[in-house]
Amino acid sequence: MHAAIPYVTAALLFGLGVYGVLRRRNAVLVLMAVELMLNAVNLILVTTDATLPGHRGGASALFVIVLAAAEVGVGLAIVLQYYRLRAGVVVDDVTLHEPENENEHENENAR
Amino acid sequence: MTVADALLLALGAVAVGSGALVVTSAHLVRAGLYLVVSLGAMAGLFLVLGAELVAWVQVLVYVGAVVVLLLFAVMLTRAPIGPSRDLDRPAWPALIIGGGVGLGLAVLFVAAFRWTVFALPEPGTAERMGAEIFGSWVLPFEVLSILLLSALVGAIILSRPDIGAAEENKQEEDA
Repeated sequence: MHAAIPYVTAALLFGLGVYGVLRRRNAVLVLMAVELMLNAVNLILVTTDATLPGHRGGASALFVIVLAAAEVGVGLAIVLQYYRLRAGVVVDDVTLHEPENENEHENENAR
Repeated sequence: MTVADALLLALGAVAVGSGALVVTSAHLVRAGLYLVVSLGAMAGLFLVLGAELVAWVQVLVYVGAVVVLLLFAVMLTRAPIGPSRDLDRPAWPALIIGGGVGLGLAVLFVAAFRWTVFALPEPGTAERMGAEIFGSWVLPFEVLSILLLSALVGAIILSRPDIGAAEENKQEEDA
């Protein structure tokens, strides 16, 4: 087995993931691109098992899969909650600071 | 060029090709379905590389759960059925950075490994993986269970605003 083949595949997939995160405006599509990046890292970890002694890579790949599942669960909960509040999933339109909300907070604190 | 090489090349081409379609497709649902193809090809790569358990976990968790969750989100956010315009930013910055990262890493790997031939590892059984995880990785495994629990609780609290609001009010009343 030539180790360069899976490694180059993983590198290209990671580049595609970076491209997707930067290009897409829809939050769900951004999450899909993040999944691509995580999978590229998994491929590198699994290939490491063949090129280095020991079997650490497979165990780390399993851990990354679990982390990805947790990440996607919380991420989609945030996206859906944002959609319920603002009826939009475009990342560019997300405002982190909204003056009206801050005023509300101040009012609540004053009460 | 052995059989393993040919399999790796073919599956890698499928994974990269469908990955490219995931990040360029104008249909939201199709992007999710191409993601299934890409992740499936990746599971095939894991099988060829001898990580059997990782491959099946990949199919179960990624293809079975994560993609279904993503498709659920696509449908819950009322994505249009046809192609949706206005899905992308201008291409040039993403192309430069993404292409730079991908090609740079690829060149790095090629320079590091050249055309060296490695022996394929023995097909790994679940027994070997279990010995590895419960031998030297017990503590990370336990921490991971706590992380999963907190992700579960966090997702529930995020998606039920009544819980969070009630807590806030209670805290304010206490204060």
